[in-house]
Amino acid sequence: MNKITNHQLYRLVVAHFAEIIREPAVIFWGVIFPILMAWGLGIAFTQKTGVHAKIAIVRTEQTIDGRKSKLFAGLTENGIKKDSSYLVTLKNEKLGDAQLNYFETSSSNAYRLLKKGKVSVIIEDSNRGSKYSFDPSSQDAKAAYQLAADFEQNGTKSYAKMQESIVPLTLKGSRYVDFLIPGLLGMGIMMACCWGISYTIIDRRSKKLLRRMVATPMRKTNLLIALITARFFMNLAEAILLFIFAWIYFDVTIQGSVSALILLFMAGNIAFSGIAILISSRTASSEVGNGMINAIVTPMMVVSGVFFSYHNFPDWAVSVIQYLPLSMIADGFRTIFNEGGTFVDVWREAVILASVGVSTFVIGIKTFKWY
Amino acid sequence: MIDAPFIVEVRNVKKSFKDVHAVKGVSLSIKPGEFVALLGPNGAGKTTLVEMVEGIQNPDEGEIFISGLQWKNNQHELHQLIGLSLQETRFMDKLTAYETMRLFASFYKLDAHRVDEVFALIGLEDKKKAFVDNLSGGQRQRLALGVALLNKPQILLLDEPTTGLDPNARREIWNILLGLKKSQNTSLILTSHYMEEAEYLCDRIIIMDQGTILAQGTLAEILALGGGHRSLDELFISLTGRHLYE
Ligand SMILES: Nc1ncnc2c1ncn2[C@@H]1O[C@H](COP(=O)(O)OP(=O)(O)OP(=O)(O)O)[C@@H](O)[C@H]1O
Ligand SMILES: [Mg+2]
Repeated sequence: MNKITNHQLYRLVVAHFAEIIREPAVIFWGVIFPILMAWGLGIAFTQKTGVHAKIAIVRTEQTIDGRKSKLFAGLTENGIKKDSSYLVTLKNEKLGDAQLNYFETSSSNAYRLLKKGKVSVIIEDSNRGSKYSFDPSSQDAKAAYQLAADFEQNGTKSYAKMQESIVPLTLKGSRYVDFLIPGLLGMGIMMACCWGISYTIIDRRSKKLLRRMVATPMRKTNLLIALITARFFMNLAEAILLFIFAWIYFDVTIQGSVSALILLFMAGNIAFSGIAILISSRTASSEVGNGMINAIVTPMMVVSGVFFSYHNFPDWAVSVIQYLPLSMIADGFRTIFNEGGTFVDVWREAVILASVGVSTFVIGIKTFKWY
Repeated sequence: MIDAPFIVEVRNVKKSFKDVHAVKGVSLSIKPGEFVALLGPNGAGKTTLVEMVEGIQNPDEGEIFISGLQWKNNQHELHQLIGLSLQETRFMDKLTAYETMRLFASFYKLDAHRVDEVFALIGLEDKKKAFVDNLSGGQRQRLALGVALLNKPQILLLDEPTTGLDPNARREIWNILLGLKKSQNTSLILTSHYMEEAEYLCDRIIIMDQGTILAQGTLAEILALGGGHRSLDELFISLTGRHLYE
């Protein structure tokens, strides 16, 4: 008789979990969408490490007569020729390989390519040495010029030799994806709790299912705790999948304490579960619910620094923003992921978040409309 | 209330919503094993009255005793005592009929065994695995009845349990309820718009209109009121000047 599977809390959790996973849209918005977002933004904003310079060569009369310029001698010796283009790869273990792609073309076409951004430097080749045209305010063009000029003068040796004096400093956790992934994990908690929990409650109320359920010996708090628990496990699964993707695809790692991460994750879930219960404590209308959820969720999504640091806001704004629940979760996650943070670094955030959750839960349940 | 002859006692209960007086001072008593039908046009106050007995709504005035207990201090006991179905409840679409029943059974600390019994009782065994979403209207009403019967309630409160059912399905439900009366001495308060349902099923018919009780008794007693009428509709016209159902 007192098997766990007959217990009302167990049944309530299982019921809500079934409701969640039987909705195909949940899998898309909860699992696939965050991964797509991480993938898209991660690729778009993460700089490639190797240099890839594209250069147009215009041959002047002096080189067309048959004698090879120094540049062409070098290209013939070191480059891979394909039609009228040469690919030169400068090797350097510490700096990363640099690729110089030369296109031989007419003068007018070279300028057209430059304007379209397809080349960044134009070389006018001559036996007396080359003339380089490029925009000096562009860092890419400058780097391309330096590599190309060095190659013309010294061949491939010079770039390869540079490594002796270089000590590579690979700063883990300083790329944009490293910033993005913890933010997305935090946003996932917020979205899933606010939409998932609030919506379920409002839907059950409008169907008169809530009043049917409380007309039994069911404990009211069990119903809410079950919603929160099922949602927590779903959020955990979604977070793990997103992390695994980021780990395999972007090599994002957790440098700090995993148990501190779990603590903060739980505190974040408590905070937003409480907020979700408060949001949905009275209304039976999904329009009103929509509006309230958006009013809470959208500002935090914009200002809490999920995608870009909120430190660009004025100081007075930052002093407020940093205490928004989503900011605390995202910042705390980043400290653990990227700066090797531990309990010492995030316990304050965890305590504040949990308190926010518990107090909104208590207020929510006090004002809750069951009928 | 030492040997309470009544299992439900409603004493002069009133309920208003803003300026709508839904129930204006109603009293009624129901004996154990008695089946009572509440009949009346839309908006008569049937649902409001029943929901006050169910503890879902609070009366503005008056008292309600169930088995001598009041809702204020005895919610837990009373929830064990009653079984109910609301006029319109939609269960969770994505759960199966069986899962829904298991969920509600767990509220009463009942196990799968009782759930199977109830499925057999309401004749919905072939739909156990069907999602609530995919049940027909009548099947959903049976499920709702099944949920009401889980805890073997002493008092059943059913708000229009057979509305929209085909005549056969309706008769089947009547027979289930009559069976419970025989086997468990269950009491029933039922709201309905079907006179033949009230007649076939109930010991007493209460006719409500505009928040008050117009008449009550067996069908024969009610029809005899005011010199004999051939139908409840005729009686209703003579009492109110309006048709019971247009
Ligand atoms: N929550 C509410 N807020 C405002 N008015 C209400 C509310 N519930 C019921 N009423 C009003 O109270 C009156 C009685 O409603 P009730 O639902 O009890 O009628 P009923 O006899 O069950 O009708 P029906 O046969 O249509 O189910 C109606 O006029 C209705 O509009
Ligand atoms: Mg009604």
